[in-house]
Amino acid sequence: MKSAFLSRSELIGFAILALVIFIVLPMALDSFRLNLFGKYLTYAFVAVGLVLCWGAGGILSLGQGVFFGLGGYCMAMFLKLEASTPENTSIQSTPGIPDFMDWNQLTELPLWWQPFHSLAFSLFAVVAVPVFFAFIIGVAMFKRRVGGVYFAIITQAFAAILTILIIGQQGYTGGVNGITDLRTLLGWDIRTDEAKEVLYFVNGALLFVVLFIAQFVRKSKLGRLLIAMRDQEDRVRFSGYDVASFKIFIFCLGAAFAGIGGAMFTLQVGFMSPTLVGIVPSIEMVIFCAVGGRLSILGAVYGALLVNWAKTSLSESFPELWLLGLGGLFIAVVMLFPNGLAGIWTEQIEPRLKALFAPSSKTKATSQSTPAE
Amino acid sequence: MNVPNERFILKVEGLTVSFDGFKAVDDLSFYVEPNECRVIIGPNGAGKTTVLDLICGRTRATSGSVTFKDKELLAMREDQIVHAGVGRKFQTPSVYEDLTVFENLELSYPKGHGVFGALAFRRDDAVRSRIQEIAETIFLEDLLDEKAAFLSHGQKQWLEIGMLLIQDPELLMLDEPVAGMSVAERKKTAELLRRIIEDRSVIVIEHDMGFVADIATRVTVLHQGKTLSEGSMERVQNDPKVIEVYLGH
Repeated sequence: MKSAFLSRSELIGFAILALVIFIVLPMALDSFRLNLFGKYLTYAFVAVGLVLCWGAGGILSLGQGVFFGLGGYCMAMFLKLEASTPENTSIQSTPGIPDFMDWNQLTELPLWWQPFHSLAFSLFAVVAVPVFFAFIIGVAMFKRRVGGVYFAIITQAFAAILTILIIGQQGYTGGVNGITDLRTLLGWDIRTDEAKEVLYFVNGALLFVVLFIAQFVRKSKLGRLLIAMRDQEDRVRFSGYDVASFKIFIFCLGAAFAGIGGAMFTLQVGFMSPTLVGIVPSIEMVIFCAVGGRLSILGAVYGALLVNWAKTSLSESFPELWLLGLGGLFIAVVMLFPNGLAGIWTEQIEPRLKALFAPSSKTKATSQSTPAE
Repeated sequence: MNVPNERFILKVEGLTVSFDGFKAVDDLSFYVEPNECRVIIGPNGAGKTTVLDLICGRTRATSGSVTFKDKELLAMREDQIVHAGVGRKFQTPSVYEDLTVFENLELSYPKGHGVFGALAFRRDDAVRSRIQEIAETIFLEDLLDEKAAFLSHGQKQWLEIGMLLIQDPELLMLDEPVAGMSVAERKKTAELLRRIIEDRSVIVIEHDMGFVADIATRVTVLHQGKTLSEGSMERVQNDPKVIEVYLGH
């Protein structure tokens, strides 16, 4: 039945993705490459959020890096404080505070850093801080009915503002270097190969939680409302819905997903910096989503994996060509495959597979009713 | 104007909207009684659609007042006006093309209109049977699983009328409901509209005079944002001013 949580083909899609993430990749890759793929998967969190906001709801945000970064920084602040014990930092003029603060002549930990001594608070903040900012931006924009390209440009401006803010306030944020030299999580060394493997699986599991939440939203009436809003916003409004509150909700949900991805990035890669927050990474995130297929949450995961893998491989051999390649890829997707990889799957491959398998299986069941074929 | 409150379901008084100095609707007043079918006619650019836009909150008025059952609509948001009991059909069929007929009707079902209400919304039997009932009324019961994009123009108009019916508004506003329909569709629509206007107040914009004569309780003729004439169809048709600016063409 259509209203079921997962249709048969979606169930198969989820199962294949689980197979790829939890079995194929860990078996096929050494721990260095597996960690790289773990990093790519953190972008999949953002891409899934973009499928809901952009693909379903028609809200294009070019500032998802902001939320990815906020989540990542919240995690990094906790890890940095744990790494900055008085013993580890005894050579500083003020031991016990993060090294970059000491370099910038700060003599005590700023008040707003204090709560990040607590892991519980930090994990809460990983989701809450991006959602809070998304809510502020959402209320300011959607209540005024700012949409389309204007919204995209404004979110891009936010990405620029946050980058400038982080770089400018280096005593508090680590500046352009970011927050580096992260070591342990509650005493557990996150830099070992073993820890990175564990984190990879935690990351994969969290991604599936996010995918299930996204699937639930898509299958709910709210998911259908998003599509309706994308097509006929006025009709939705005059059917008695406050359109702005739905947009704010889905934008906040996308921000929460991005924040979790950012935190997992920090844990797996071991640092967080403003280069991951700004305009370029934010646009790259949209490209992951577009390449994967902006209507498909599973497609978004593959898009994030594929584009990042291509980026690593290509920029290892031809560093100067990568940006051109990425731009070309985006144009190709928009012009030739507007529904991305997922579209190629559902429009090209799936019908052929069905044609391949259907006749033999169908003839048994309905052989007498289809003599013509 | 001293008009007793309880007699009218909708009171429009001194309604004015000015776009950069151009008054599309100029000091307009009219009153609609319960169960009345009011038809607004007038030449192109008379401000007919703008009047509906003002009542349902799509366009903000410059001055004046619109009272629906003692509630001032001009201060309310569009969705609040809908919840107060005013439904609006647009001139071009506005349906959700990527969704099925069933889903189109379901989204208009008056339940689960908040964010979390929509997340928790379940298709129970009450919803299903109501949608089935409406689909039969609008001749689409065999097309419930069809995407709205594949419907004909006339079917899309019926679907949008159905989306309004499921809201069960006390005041229904229809903007040219039979425009662009084939003769057969037009006949079916007229029959449909006659059935649904019975137990509610309706404001219709329409050019088809035969159709107007058929359904109208009273007719308001608009010209340059003002009332040119008002009354029964017969009276309006014989008004020399109306013949000059509108019917004479």
